[in-house]
Amino acid sequence: MRISYKEPSPNKGRLNINFIAVILFTIAGFAAAILANIFIPQISAGVKIKDYTFGGITLNINSAYRLVLAALIALYTAIGIFSAFDKDRRKKYKKRAQFRFAAGIALALWDLFGTKLQLLPQPFFPGPAGIIEAFLSESGFVIQNTLYSLRLFAVGFIFGVAFGVGTGIIIGWFPKAYYWLTPVLNIAGVVPAVAWMPFALTLFPTPFTAAVFLIVICVWFPVASLAASGVQSTPKAQFEAARTLGGKTSYLVFHVAIPHAMPQIFTGINTANAFAFTTLVMAEMMGQPGGLGYYINASKVWSAYYKVFAAIIVMAVMFSLITKGIGLIESRVLRWQRGLVK
Amino acid sequence: MSDVILEIKGINRIYKDEDNTVEALNDINLSVKRGEFISIIGSSGCGKTTLLRLIAGLDKPQSGKLLQSGEEIISPDPSRGYVFQQGGLFQWLTVEQNIAAGLKARRVYKENKHKVAEYIDLIGLNGFEKSYPHQISGGMAQRVAIARALINDPELLLLDEPMGALDSFTRADIQDKLLELKRGNNATMILVTHDVDEAIYLSDRIVIMTPRPGKISEIMEIKLPHPRHRGGVEFLSIRKNILEKFHMASAYPEPEYRI
Repeated sequence: MRISYKEPSPNKGRLNINFIAVILFTIAGFAAAILANIFIPQISAGVKIKDYTFGGITLNINSAYRLVLAALIALYTAIGIFSAFDKDRRKKYKKRAQFRFAAGIALALWDLFGTKLQLLPQPFFPGPAGIIEAFLSESGFVIQNTLYSLRLFAVGFIFGVAFGVGTGIIIGWFPKAYYWLTPVLNIAGVVPAVAWMPFALTLFPTPFTAAVFLIVICVWFPVASLAASGVQSTPKAQFEAARTLGGKTSYLVFHVAIPHAMPQIFTGINTANAFAFTTLVMAEMMGQPGGLGYYINASKVWSAYYKVFAAIIVMAVMFSLITKGIGLIESRVLRWQRGLVK
Repeated sequence: MSDVILEIKGINRIYKDEDNTVEALNDINLSVKRGEFISIIGSSGCGKTTLLRLIAGLDKPQSGKLLQSGEEIISPDPSRGYVFQQGGLFQWLTVEQNIAAGLKARRVYKENKHKVAEYIDLIGLNGFEKSYPHQISGGMAQRVAIARALINDPELLLLDEPMGALDSFTRADIQDKLLELKRGNNATMILVTHDVDEAIYLSDRIVIMTPRPGKISEIMEIKLPHPRHRGGVEFLSIRKNILEKFHMASAYPEPEYRI
């Protein structure tokens, strides 16, 4: 019997046949969704297909839907090619191939039952192409509301984090502040921020500032309490080391206590992030002149559920991107923890 | 060489809480000459770390005085470097930044930048400048802690069992490094340890302390020339001598077991 020796596959390499198959498999689901959309005739009469013109290009919901699918195919092909030259990336891409394939098939089925056959209860569950109609018919309005939400979130979140880190450090550093402020923080902090809505609307000059206030207080609580506990948990030996090195109070605060509290501050920020999304949407649904929450409410009144779905999709994308962005900042600031905490 | 750098006069330190009074230090007197290497040994609870913390200015005595070159010690000062048992390094700073911390804390970093590389050379950690403390070994971390304390050019280097958690090879390595550093800048070092061999290997004088209340029972001069041989006859006889003293000095003699 002969034992053959196989060269171990190198980390960097050419696009090999197997991996091309993985890429094709990944995009096959979306390709199937496009074919399904093209070749399955519109059976139900409940869908009116209108043309929308954008600067010379005419789109209807089906062609726009196919464009989105084509964009996804292009995206995953590009990621596939990019991943092909690195072992770890290849592994990651391969692992996700099944899910991406299934996502494409799910879209095809959704298209079939939601749009083509309209077997799902209408108008509550439109097909994917139906949802896209919101972006075709009033893209300007969707963008306007998205920007309103984004601005509200950014202002509220940034102020909330700044305010939270500031008070947290004061509470963590000064025992007196801890004594007097912790009970306030604990009692006020557990109240959902939107409960203050009626006060906020009367106390602040504009609905926008009122909503900012609500986001600030919902972000403030987790950030402040975790920043305080981060400062307090700094080992005494670290302060003593800094003092024997010649560090004065400002050094102890800014170069010992705060860096030590950073991991906990980020835990607080991540919690606050989730709170802030909820508060944002609720505040918008309760009394804002714009924003995605407002858009959902306004669409619901007209039973335009496809627009509600469109707003939800925008939120999903926007909030994931924000969360991802915060994650990137976190891994940069806490790079010293890499390999320490897993 | 003969001038006194540190004088400890009649120190008492008592820890009290609601139902307990512990006399950690009782009437401690000691004077240390410039350039000396002093080891303080004793069983746990004899107050050796308390004494070192008082010298550093991290704690205050109830009575008595500590003088550094004639001036009373009231708070920590960069002229007295301190190396902690472990965990004294800042986890969020690289090796390089940890060593530079003393310069930054004193706001003299800009004019002394070059010293950081010198100290990295000195402790032999080239190539690890950008590593974080959790990425290096315990022995390396203690060398960083020593360099961090030395970069401020302290008159006194206080070492609180810096090798306590290390294996015996790393320990021997750092002991030699300490002697080398001491020769290099003629620093005065005070080491707290419970390792008799370590004390004999390094010290000019060994201060033996006994617990409850913590006091100095004896000060021994070690006149062996450097480098000392750990297995040498004289070394071993001193070691035997100290161990016997310990047995005698112990307030609660260990029971003898027979099989």
